[in-house]
Amino acid sequence: MTAASKFKLLIFTILSLFAVNFTFANEHKGEATSHETEEEFNVGEMIMHHIKDAHEWHLWGGHDNSVSIYLPVILMDGGMKTFSSSHFYHGEHKTAVDHKTHEEISYMAGVGPAEGYALFHEKIYKMENGELSFEDGHAHNDRVNDFSITKNVMSLFFGAILILLIMGSVAKFYKKNGAVAPKGVAKFLEPIVIMVRDDIAKANIDKHKYHKYVPYLLTIFFFIWFNNLLGLIPFLPGGANLTGNISVTLFLAVCTLLVTVFSGNKNYWSHIFATPGVPVALLPIMIPIEVVGILTKPFALMVRLFANITAGHIIILALISIIFINKNMAWGGLSVPMALFISVLELLVAFLQAFLFAMLSALFIGAAVEEAHH
Amino acid sequence: MDLILPDYGLLFWTALVFICLLFILTKFIWKPILSAVNAREQKIAESLELAEKTKAEMKALQAANENLLKEARAERDAIVKDAKETATKMVEEAKQAAKTEADKLMASARQAIETEKGAAIAELKTQVAAFSLEIAEKVVRGELSSDDKQKALAEKLAGDINLN
Repeated sequence: MTAASKFKLLIFTILSLFAVNFTFANEHKGEATSHETEEEFNVGEMIMHHIKDAHEWHLWGGHDNSVSIYLPVILMDGGMKTFSSSHFYHGEHKTAVDHKTHEEISYMAGVGPAEGYALFHEKIYKMENGELSFEDGHAHNDRVNDFSITKNVMSLFFGAILILLIMGSVAKFYKKNGAVAPKGVAKFLEPIVIMVRDDIAKANIDKHKYHKYVPYLLTIFFFIWFNNLLGLIPFLPGGANLTGNISVTLFLAVCTLLVTVFSGNKNYWSHIFATPGVPVALLPIMIPIEVVGILTKPFALMVRLFANITAGHIIILALISIIFINKNMAWGGLSVPMALFISVLELLVAFLQAFLFAMLSALFIGAAVEEAHH
Repeated sequence: MDLILPDYGLLFWTALVFICLLFILTKFIWKPILSAVNAREQKIAESLELAEKTKAEMKALQAANENLLKEARAERDAIVKDAKETATKMVEEAKQAAKTEADKLMASARQAIETEKGAAIAELKTQVAAFSLEIAEKVVRGELSSDDKQKALAEKLAGDINLN
């Protein structure tokens, strides 16, 4: 069986696993949508909607005739509750008045198994007396522990499967052929693996210690790169803004922080708590600065990846929006080439950000395991 | 604001997927790939080293060959020279011997010729003497066949004697 057909089979298996919860809908979404069609096209709202996580995977169509895959909702609220997100999207359309701004805010109250919960801005709240209360545009009700398979989680699964399949086929090539010149996918990916090993790990980490960190750096590099690329595909297996989600970049940055902190040797800690050459009187100032420094490095990693990828998605969406703002197809002549240009640039950014994340992680680890020079 | 606040659900799934991925990739994918690549790099390095060594060996071998050839050539030259000398000497000697022999032969031949010549001359002399006697006898017989002739002879002889 070829890799492609295996991949298809896996995708189908995963889709069928969730099939119970999936509903392909092609019907009206509540009553109140009719007046929305008359509303002005809101670019900001559309873009924010696209770069945020969702409980459905929107395929095509808008408002009345949208086709989506409804992803499973998993709630931890006194035991695990699972149901399809269609119970929200096809739930009861409710409105409430903001306590402060006195504006009318609409949200979706769940029906059936989702009874008692409400979906507002893709977040699930527990309703009190059958409604949500708002203040300054924010719901005041309790959040529920939401472990749903959201659009980003699905995309995360796709990314992981893609990495396993592609890298698996590379590994299989070497297992089968031994130490020979690479062919096929191996030929394409081997230089990248070697780049991570030599230019990222070996270049930044002590040459006797770098071996231990190569698998981590490779995983982080390929995880970010593949997911960045998946995010650039505008339809089903891609399109989610996974690596531009702060939760994901936060986790990756925390991983690098933990690896750095647990790899730190005596020399590293002595530079933080007793910086050589600094007078003792200055240490009370230096120590907090150095401790904050431990945290700012991964924090910068987190923000850099999040901001770069999110910005890329925003720019492409904004450029495409030119057509819809002007309500004229002819604007495509301007918007499409520009979006294409940015998309190509984003291919570079996808690689660059993965490279930078791995590179800086290696740099931090390298500093943590460095032996004293003096 | 939602955009920069982490979502615990996604954080949980990311952690789960990433940690699984890290373990699976490290155990089943990175290790075989890296070990194969390392093995190949080592093989290439070794092959290069071997090639370099072989090249040096070849060079040394070539130099040794050259030396050997030189020596052989010198030896050959010496042998040839020797042989030439010997041959010349032999020829010289042979020539000398031949010459001596020839001289000897010539001498003996000459001697033999001389002897033969002597013998022949002696023979000839004897013969001539015999013929002379015979002739003389015949002449004398003729001369003395008549009285007149005996007289004339005697007169002639007498005249010769006088003339002496």
